[in-house]
Amino acid sequence: MNDLKATLARQFIEAIPHSRALAMSLVEIGDGEAEIEMPYDERFVGDLRTGVIHGGAVSALMDTCCGTAVMTHPSHPAGTATMDLRIEYMRAAKPGQAIRTRATCYHVTRNVAFVRAIAMDDDRDRPVATATGAFTVERARSDKT
Amino acid sequence: MSGPTRRGPPEAVEIVKGRRDRALRALAGDVPYIIYLGVTFDRRGDELTAVLPFHDKIVGNPILPAIHGGVTAAFLEISAVIELAWTVLWDDIESGAIDVADLEPGRLPDLPKTIDFTVDYLRSGLPRDAYARARVNRSGRRYASVHVEAWQDNRSRLFAQATGHFLMSEPRG
Repeated sequence: MNDLKATLARQFIEAIPHSRALAMSLVEIGDGEAEIEMPYDERFVGDLRTGVIHGGAVSALMDTCCGTAVMTHPSHPAGTATMDLRIEYMRAAKPGQAIRTRATCYHVTRNVAFVRAIAMDDDRDRPVATATGAFTVERARSDKT
Repeated sequence: MSGPTRRGPPEAVEIVKGRRDRALRALAGDVPYIIYLGVTFDRRGDELTAVLPFHDKIVGNPILPAIHGGVTAAFLEISAVIELAWTVLWDDIESGAIDVADLEPGRLPDLPKTIDFTVDYLRSGLPRDAYARARVNRSGRRYASVHVEAWQDNRSRLFAQATGHFLMSEPRG
């Protein structure tokens, strides 16, 4: 793992007010890969009777993780924005447990990045949710000519 | 939507309004994440408009600034789920099948569960309030399909839309 890259990715996440609000933290980073964790928080519950985290908070975590994976791709995008994100909810995350997502940016063209992600709680064998997305790729000025 | 109607003379307007508003509050009023995001619902008859007030903690890109894509997804999903639950509940509220005394948070059927949700981001969410309206395209006994559109300044210029499939909750008891 490249220390500079990890620092930049950490700064990228921490500069996002909503990601900071949800206390997301970077666990691991690689080339076009990112792992981000979000601690359990009662404010983000979707159903008081069960205490399960709202799907929307999982969406925010997935989106942040996918965007980070795009930014760490070896083609060095200067920026990115979500174009399309599909999330499949397999099961409710266990109340009290952190949710961890791992995203892989598996292909990047000049303009588009393709990403897949998976979300888990402490039980790493049974995914909570999966996501697939297409992201825009902003190139630095020098790349465009 | 036309559901079963109550018998007898027409009810006073404040009774009808009170019952419907109470039902809406019971559905959406006690969900912590909805409260955290500050999402509220405007109601005109049976039509709901979800409102996401802009505030700093929903920002995803601080330079533009723009609303976080995840918040947009969450907002659309909240709108879709509440619209679906509201549509299913409407006839029971109007016919009196659900007692007004039961219209308390936590005493209603469970909210539908999201199976999948696909968000189409059309433009960046600007630093101002956002609105969303959902339409139930299919509502079966077990599954439902809902489409939702979100806009800011102009109703015809959507900044995001989404389609989702939902699993209906089992009747209680």
